[in-house]
Amino acid sequence: MADSVTVPGPAIAASTDAAKPARHALLVRITHWLTAISSFALLLSGGEIILSHPRFYWGETGDDFSRALFQLPVPSSRDMVPTGYHYVLPDQNGWSRALHFQAAWLLVFTGLLYILWGIFSGHFRRNLLPLASRDRWRAVIADHLRFRRPHPSEAHSYNLLQRLAYSAVIFLLVPLTIWSGLSLSQTFDAIFPYAVESLGGFQSARTIHFFCAIALTLFILIHLAMIVRSGFLRLTRAMITGRAQDQP
Amino acid sequence: MKPITRRRFLTTGIVTVAGAAGLYGAERIANRYGLIPPDAATWYGPGETLDYDVQRIFGRNALAREFSPSQITHPPFRNELGPPLPAAYHQFQQNGFRDWRLKIDGLVSNPTSFSLSEIHSMPACSQITMISCEEGWSYIGEWTGVPLSHLLDLAGAKPNATYVVYRSIQPDDWWDSLDIFEARHPQTLIAYAMNGKDLTMRTGAPLRMRVPRQLGYKSIKFINHITVTDDIKRFGDGMGSSGPAGGYAWFAGE
Repeated sequence: MADSVTVPGPAIAASTDAAKPARHALLVRITHWLTAISSFALLLSGGEIILSHPRFYWGETGDDFSRALFQLPVPSSRDMVPTGYHYVLPDQNGWSRALHFQAAWLLVFTGLLYILWGIFSGHFRRNLLPLASRDRWRAVIADHLRFRRPHPSEAHSYNLLQRLAYSAVIFLLVPLTIWSGLSLSQTFDAIFPYAVESLGGFQSARTIHFFCAIALTLFILIHLAMIVRSGFLRLTRAMITGRAQDQP
Repeated sequence: MKPITRRRFLTTGIVTVAGAAGLYGAERIANRYGLIPPDAATWYGPGETLDYDVQRIFGRNALAREFSPSQITHPPFRNELGPPLPAAYHQFQQNGFRDWRLKIDGLVSNPTSFSLSEIHSMPACSQITMISCEEGWSYIGEWTGVPLSHLLDLAGAKPNATYVVYRSIQPDDWWDSLDIFEARHPQTLIAYAMNGKDLTMRTGAPLRMRVPRQLGYKSIKFINHITVTDDIKRFGDGMGSSGPAGGYAWFAGE
């Protein structure tokens, strides 16, 4: 591909591993794994919380007597919920809720650190801004559709599709998840009612929060699939040690 | 590995000592201003404490959202009741709760108790607010009752009070507490009516606590005993409510 000649000089010119710039900066590596831990805890506990009322509504209110927007095909952990299954799961909401909030704080602190560092270090400008990518739309999409292994130049920055996906998750999806999640706190809504009202009400916020979680789960699954396809051990090692290694 | 230089050793040492001192100081300050929830000493204490602190620092007096009469949910949802009510409850119920009394004691200058008719004759307060459950459902209703702060004033709650404990007719299964700010909050009611009618057994007759800034499980039904205190650790297992034993946090503004 013609692109290969435009790869930044120093990164390729260096011959030894140690002299190469890190594939991932130390801060990216730390925040990546903290985010992985908190996301796992949030999805697990969030799924568990849903089981106590697997029905979703739009507007401010919704309960067992009202018509649901949709209902998940799972039994509930409460016997009043009209799921149609004659089976009640054990109640696990106590620890699930506590873990959910604690993991959310971990994600928020990690995110703040990452955002501040990303702005001031130039990481966002260099590696996440889609317009700053040297890739061509068609070529990248065609490569992805053919499941082609990544180009060596990608060992040092993100390609166009990665930039788009990561930017959308970091700057749109995660903030919307936090916004809709905070709206589910009554005390938060007392302090800042605009949050819940901007989303169309309390139950709308809950439904939006659920769809955000689905979208984040899809992103994580695709992210993992891409890593497996591109070399699971090599990329995982790069996210731990920071060193890029050339393709075998 | 980088060699450990004297400078590195000193910086690490100073940072560690400053960090430890900072944590110690933060804990002292948090304790002094009542920013540590009673059940904070659990695995999930840090998360609950941060939620509690942020909400107390930024919105101690914020008012829960109120709705218009047209937004009231019909038919009103009736949550399932907990353990079966004791025989004594049904005796009260049979004569229209005429003998039900709400006792107030603890850190008050005149421990007293009020009958239902005394409570009905006090200045009433109505609010159209949302009740939301930790399970995920929510409904809007109009609750009428007496602000808890009015009852605290009548009993002469002392200025050093930090918590208000409240119990239902099933004191072992259902008891809870509010910090003094939530207890004195203008929307915290001892409610006796919902949507213009007296409470029924399913909605907590004859008296129900109504805490609209927190989850439904703080709005305990069948209230008959309030205790004002400056030492929440003396009650039950010291966690501030019957919730933590079942895994549910004392602070339910989350």
